[in-house]
Amino acid sequence: MARIGVFVCHCGENIGATVDCARVAEACRKIPGVAHSVDYKYMCSDPGQTLIREAIAQNKLTGVVVAACSPRMHEPTFRRVCSESGLNPYLCEMANLREHCSWVHEKSDVTTDKAIDLVAMLVEKVKRNKPLHPIKVPVTKTALVLGGGISGIQAALDIANAGHKVILVERDPSIGGHMSQLSETFPTLDCSQCILTPRMVEVAQHPNITLYTYSELESLDGFIGNFKTRIRKKARSLDEKLCTGCGLCTTKCPNKKIPSEFNTGLGMRTAIYVPFPQAVPNKPVIDREHCTYYTKGRCRVCEKVCPTQAIRFDQEDQIVEHEVGAVVVATGFTVKETDFFPEYGYGKYKDVINGLQFERILSASGPTLGEVKRPSDGRVPETVVFIACAGSRDPAKGIEYCSKICCMYTAKHAMLYKHKVHHGQAYVFYMDIRAAGKMYDEFTRRAIEEDHVQYIRGRVSRIYERNGKLIVQGADTLLNAMPVEIEADLVVLATAGVANEGAEALAQKLHVSYDSHKFFVEAHPKLRPVETNTAGVFLAGACQSPKDIPESVGQASGTAAKVAALFSMDELTREPVVAVVNRTAPPLYSTCVGCFLCQSACPYQAIEREEIKNRNGQVVKTIAKVNPGLCQGCGTCVAFCRSKSIDLQGYTHEQVYAEVMELLS
Amino acid sequence: MKMGYYPGCSISGSSREYGESLLAVLRALDVELAEVEDWNCCGASAAHNLNHTLSLALPARSLALAEQQGFQELLVPCAACFSRLAATRKALMADDAKRRQIADLVELPMKNIPVSINLLQLLQRVLPENLKEKLRAPFDYKVACYYGCLLVRPAEVVEFDREEDPEEMDRIMEKIGAAPLDWAFKTECCGAGFSVPRTDVVGRLCARILDDAVSRGAEAVIVACPMCHSNLDMRRQASESHSGKKYTIPILYVTQAIGLALGLDAKQLGLQRHIVPVRLSAGKSSQILENAPA
Amino acid sequence: MSTAQTHSAQNLTLADCLLQETGVDIRRCYQCGKCSAGCPMAAEMDYPSSVWMRMLQTGRPDLEKAVLKSQSIWLCLSCESCYVRCPMEIDIPRVADFLRAASKRRGLVHPRARNILRFHTAFLDSIRYTGRLYEMGMVVDYKVRSRKWWQDLLTAPGLFLRGKLNLLPHRVKHPKAMRKLFKWAAEDKEARI
Repeated sequence: MARIGVFVCHCGENIGATVDCARVAEACRKIPGVAHSVDYKYMCSDPGQTLIREAIAQNKLTGVVVAACSPRMHEPTFRRVCSESGLNPYLCEMANLREHCSWVHEKSDVTTDKAIDLVAMLVEKVKRNKPLHPIKVPVTKTALVLGGGISGIQAALDIANAGHKVILVERDPSIGGHMSQLSETFPTLDCSQCILTPRMVEVAQHPNITLYTYSELESLDGFIGNFKTRIRKKARSLDEKLCTGCGLCTTKCPNKKIPSEFNTGLGMRTAIYVPFPQAVPNKPVIDREHCTYYTKGRCRVCEKVCPTQAIRFDQEDQIVEHEVGAVVVATGFTVKETDFFPEYGYGKYKDVINGLQFERILSASGPTLGEVKRPSDGRVPETVVFIACAGSRDPAKGIEYCSKICCMYTAKHAMLYKHKVHHGQAYVFYMDIRAAGKMYDEFTRRAIEEDHVQYIRGRVSRIYERNGKLIVQGADTLLNAMPVEIEADLVVLATAGVANEGAEALAQKLHVSYDSHKFFVEAHPKLRPVETNTAGVFLAGACQSPKDIPESVGQASGTAAKVAALFSMDELTREPVVAVVNRTAPPLYSTCVGCFLCQSACPYQAIEREEIKNRNGQVVKTIAKVNPGLCQGCGTCVAFCRSKSIDLQGYTHEQVYAEVMELLS
Repeated sequence: MKMGYYPGCSISGSSREYGESLLAVLRALDVELAEVEDWNCCGASAAHNLNHTLSLALPARSLALAEQQGFQELLVPCAACFSRLAATRKALMADDAKRRQIADLVELPMKNIPVSINLLQLLQRVLPENLKEKLRAPFDYKVACYYGCLLVRPAEVVEFDREEDPEEMDRIMEKIGAAPLDWAFKTECCGAGFSVPRTDVVGRLCARILDDAVSRGAEAVIVACPMCHSNLDMRRQASESHSGKKYTIPILYVTQAIGLALGLDAKQLGLQRHIVPVRLSAGKSSQILENAPA
Repeated sequence: MSTAQTHSAQNLTLADCLLQETGVDIRRCYQCGKCSAGCPMAAEMDYPSSVWMRMLQTGRPDLEKAVLKSQSIWLCLSCESCYVRCPMEIDIPRVADFLRAASKRRGLVHPRARNILRFHTAFLDSIRYTGRLYEMGMVVDYKVRSRKWWQDLLTAPGLFLRGKLNLLPHRVKHPKAMRKLFKWAAEDKEARI
């Protein structure tokens, strides 16, 4: 026989001023199975909690209903009180009299009647509650970090320095990402590589970090604390242990005219190459698409010149497997190419370049060794036009968002250009100057006031070429939209930051959600910015949206803190609110018919196949089984199940029907 | 089934050489056309400037007649008419009530409104792969293909080529042996309907176009629109008085260039009707074209 | 009832009417100026398109009137350059059509734009009666309206000699149908704003 205790809270005036709490307690006392019913001013206060504790002991209660605020607010409080009193915490429920009743209705008898109904429903549910026990899962204290740009590097170092193992995977032959391509960084104008390369070396030498470059994620299975990952190590075509990184092969390779990805096509590389001198690891790869041996079957010059015989033409991709407890996704972003802009020449003008290309031109290690020379004829441009919002904030081009970093790097570009070409003229066409950040607005003002960069508020309509000059047609919207035509030698488009190619496929492998622009989506835009909706998978850097370096680094450290917190526990405790497929006595074993509709409906891949065998070991039935480690308790499978064989623990069909029946009675 | 033909008012009047050369070339290519009976003016820019509904109603009647006469596709060689007819079809397909209202007014069904295609679209389709072999006098000149506004803009109405730096006319010119130039004013406006009320504007805009074509070494400007032609040819004086320069570069309809390459008679192509004489340098395709008024 | 009254009585701004009648929402405009930058006529306009967009956005009757009185709306050639480049996909030529109709209806046509209006009117009158454009008739009509008697007088003989001028109009078989279309269009709601 059930012995339920009902505790009605006034929540000060919040409930008490609208609902007649004494009448609620009195009415509930008459419900069959209710052994105790009281009201009190503040049930969550210490005296309130004591009231519950004593009632459980004195009345030998088998269940508790607290009629108060939202369970979001105080369910953990009251469940803890029950637990301390020897009652299974899942035998305690809350009726939400505040948000669902007193706050949304006027004071009246009807309002009190509704409050009574709400409590009565929960009483019927609690009568059918069963004791549940939290699920415990072990934690593998190794983190997988995807992406070796500044975000991935920062996350990997922070986690490794916290004493945990890290596996860092980078798609390119070297870590470093976009930051390694940049010239100088705003707002301090310190050299990008100078501050980055020590971090890259630290990664390579850290005893806790295993680095896989030229590698990609093949698959990720499992759940928080217990992921299994497979990583494809693409064939570098050399034995990394033998290679000393002397670089002889790269100087002797006869195939020297391949556009360098690192130099954004403005410089050339060989077929066997190291992307840049400070690469980590400083070991080459053979680009099989362009290597003469792979395309034509002869050459092998690198093999002949290698002093340690490290070249391995027949090397194959390798798959390595690891168990990890958490994943940090830091795969970064990319920027639009100039061919995205019909009105700016479809990319056909060599001297219309994007911001990343201008970074390479400005960089001391770039194709012009830091001298500002234009790509078409190597001349020093006397007039440079910078165009902000090229593709960003442009719904017609499918990119309605602000790329966030362009205002600042455009100001930096114009400034650095003026520092290098003193007599040159720099124009910036902009829509708004978005320079919110520490020392950011001061920086853009400096470009205008000290370096005399001409800022013109307006978007450029068209660029065309005439006699080696680029004619830039704009308007000054602060001067009655007066047409402005500039004959430029070089045009730099601050092209929109966009998701990496392959971001969608990666998101699907990781089971993280992504937005319409293929940027990965955080669990909550404000309060859970580094988590994803998949427990144990975290986001750092520009794979979530375009970000500058400080923000990426901050977010990366945030993910590291989340991972370290996760790894501080040997076991994870999870709410037992998970789905369960019923089991019955033989010969039925379960009412599940094995249609596996639930499997296709489950958003978390939590449903597995279970074979039921008889005493002789023969399979007699295949039914669904829910992996409680993966199940998030969303209940989708329950709704889909045609034979009603799945129940959500704590919210079983029986419990929910009892509530509804009480309401209807 | 013959293709429907909507000549439009200009081709029936001041731009008749466009129609003449078009019919001559299509005859040579064995393409048959049937003129839509009793078609009316599309309203041009005057209608949509003053009354949007009228700008739909006028083309709608011609489209309804074409439908009644069994045409599924209409050749509309004038870029302005093409744009109006295409826009009307698009608007009426999206607005069922308006479509039915107009159908009642013109007392025609308007169920399957024919699709309009421009001349370049038709040429893409009918110029044979082996055209080069059939050429009697390859048109080996440097040409500036001038598309103007309404052949390519806006893309969702015309559904043709690219809005900036289009290429289809250039491809056609290559097929007859010409060297199309990469130039900057392919789609800049010529002044269109301002020919009469603001000839000064037409002079300013056309001078920019001619300047760019000439400075890049063009020997002829190729067009596929009567308005473009009349502003660049008939209004040549306005361009010259704007810039203070003399321009001798001739303006040819795309069909006139093809016709010459196919060896058709210059008169049949209406070259004598141009205001700017079509003098193309000799010794290239052994054509010397001297044209006096007929 | 004059439409100016209708629209103030309903407290609708010109931008509201525009949205209702054409579906074009000029509130989307953020004055980037790309339309004005590429407009072949911007240099001659009193208010280039991005400016009159802003004027309409304010909803102030004095600025709305200034737009309707401007020369700009009549200088628009409907070349569609602005529309295809507008990042917010605002059909600016359609807005210009709307504004011209409203300007004419309210008698606010800029004095220096009157010849453009006269030309459009002469053009439409020509097809109202014959169904097809009668170029010579239209030009004569325009001359009468604009009193530009001497314009193009020297061009005409050349055109005639080249066979480019028809002396007589061509009429469609059902001129009545044309008049019906004109009458119906004149009663359209947008034409009355």
